[in-house]
Amino acid sequence: MALLEVKNINVYYGKIHALKDLSLNVDKGEIVTLIGANGAGKSTTLKTLSGILKPRSGSVQLEGDELTRYPAHQIVTRGMIHVPEGRRIFGRLTVQENLEMGAFTVKNEQLNRTNLTKVFDIFPRLKERRKQLGGTLSGGEQQMLAMGRAMMSNPKVLFLDEPSMGLAPVLVDSIFENVRQMHASGMTILLVEQNARIALQVASRGYVLQTGSIALADTAANLQTNEMVRKVYMGEA
Amino acid sequence: MPTKFQRWKERITATDIVMWFIGFALLVFIILGSILTLRAGRYTPVQWFDFVIYGLAQGSIYALVAMGYTLVYGVLRMINFAHSEVFMSGPFTAYYVAAYFYRSSLLESHPVICLIIVFIVSMTISTLIAFLLERIAYRPLRNAPRLIPLITAIGASFTLMYLFRGLYGTGFQAYPVWEIFSGKWALFKGLEIGKIQVFVIFAAALVMVALYLFIQRTRIGKAVRSVSEDKEAASLMGVDIDKTISVTFIIGGAAAGAAGVLYALVFKQVFFMMGFIPGIKAFTAAVLGGIGNIPGAMLGGLLLGLLESIGPALFLDGFNIAAPYQLKDAIAFLVLVLVLIFRPTGLLGERLAVKKA
Repeated sequence: MALLEVKNINVYYGKIHALKDLSLNVDKGEIVTLIGANGAGKSTTLKTLSGILKPRSGSVQLEGDELTRYPAHQIVTRGMIHVPEGRRIFGRLTVQENLEMGAFTVKNEQLNRTNLTKVFDIFPRLKERRKQLGGTLSGGEQQMLAMGRAMMSNPKVLFLDEPSMGLAPVLVDSIFENVRQMHASGMTILLVEQNARIALQVASRGYVLQTGSIALADTAANLQTNEMVRKVYMGEA
Repeated sequence: MPTKFQRWKERITATDIVMWFIGFALLVFIILGSILTLRAGRYTPVQWFDFVIYGLAQGSIYALVAMGYTLVYGVLRMINFAHSEVFMSGPFTAYYVAAYFYRSSLLESHPVICLIIVFIVSMTISTLIAFLLERIAYRPLRNAPRLIPLITAIGASFTLMYLFRGLYGTGFQAYPVWEIFSGKWALFKGLEIGKIQVFVIFAAALVMVALYLFIQRTRIGKAVRSVSEDKEAASLMGVDIDKTISVTFIIGGAAAGAAGVLYALVFKQVFFMMGFIPGIKAFTAAVLGGIGNIPGAMLGGLLLGLLESIGPALFLDGFNIAAPYQLKDAIAFLVLVLVLIFRPTGLLGERLAVKKA
């Protein structure tokens, strides 16, 4: 059985049917990516999984535990963490405090120290800037902080929403290098990305989302060679 | 390429110019008044010293109440107008305990223990009222448009005021006097300092430091700060928003309860509308310091207390106004107007644009 199993979720914004019978699953140790155009429902999917939005029907199970019945803050305790779009770090808290907020649900001090070392190994820049306010970091550093903060919650699955958003191409490469390192350190990642090319390079499997439902599901290698994907999402003629 | 000056000129509107004109006129008035007063030499240094001490004592009470406004504004982006009743409820209830101590002459034999009990009773009641207020009046409106909780706050303020009038009556109740606080300590060269003022300043400072450390150092304090910055992101970190908002009301309530006893000790009376004016002043102090900013609330409170106490004599006496002290409230708000003209976000408030980024 998959680690995270999403079955037939339906989400509405008022009368708008945003997600239609969406199903997907993530196995332990995978990077799975969800690609799609603007407004296809990528962020909505992640928000539903992390409990900010409630599905009208369908189920979200993590290791068999039904999560749709919990409020967002309890879902974190159960092992899913969401790095939201636009990073949403706490600008008036220091880098250190931001990381501590990530570990808000982790009471085990030993575990916190191990996780902090892990985060600083992947993002040495954060260690240098520990005492600085989050709001004073550059965009790339803020993305690192958001990802490091999420790692501190010791998650079973980590959701990453548009890590490349608003970053210079050079930084995008280095952020995705960080994603690979996070994966190598044992993270299971569900990645939402508009930049399909780079997302399919790091992921092992992918789903293509079109107007609220899954249009295509395959291995990343197959999707990379798929004509429709190449045309629509990678901008090739 | 437009120069910096040109771009600056484009941003200036007619309103800005009128505001600056008013601001400068007020500023000139204040400076002129101060010069005239100091020239006339009507007050001795001893009197100025007294003004400062009284101002600090009053200001530290404002600061404690202002913390409640600013904390709640931080997490809910709303002015809790019923906070003045949270401030009233504690000392008004504790009055009956204090009066009992007085009648049974326990107050005479064990003044410190009695004082501690009065503080505990007052803080407990204020905390409870603040907690219930949020639960009953504000929580159901969490996702309502912003005007609605504001109106509810005003309604809750009146409800509480008249609830306590119904419970305890309309009269002024004279707070018993703690003998340990009457009288003054002589310093050097004729300077004297009232014992009660010293106590108020120290007690308020103690509560403020404790509160500040709680917000800065503890896990729950960090949760409060993260919720006031970004509720959704905080809940994504596993913070229970409802619980954190309750905690915010609880700490604000406890500070108001402590401030209420200090206020009652200084003015020696309580009644059901006692919260109204200090409440407005404390709200002003919070805005003065930059609403949402905790050190700002402390600074704003102290500053407002000092202005009220020194202002009338310093700014107005030079113009030979008959009763300058009657105008202390006007002075307090005049300075608020000045600050808001030149620094709309308050003294320590950050600019909104920065906050959003």
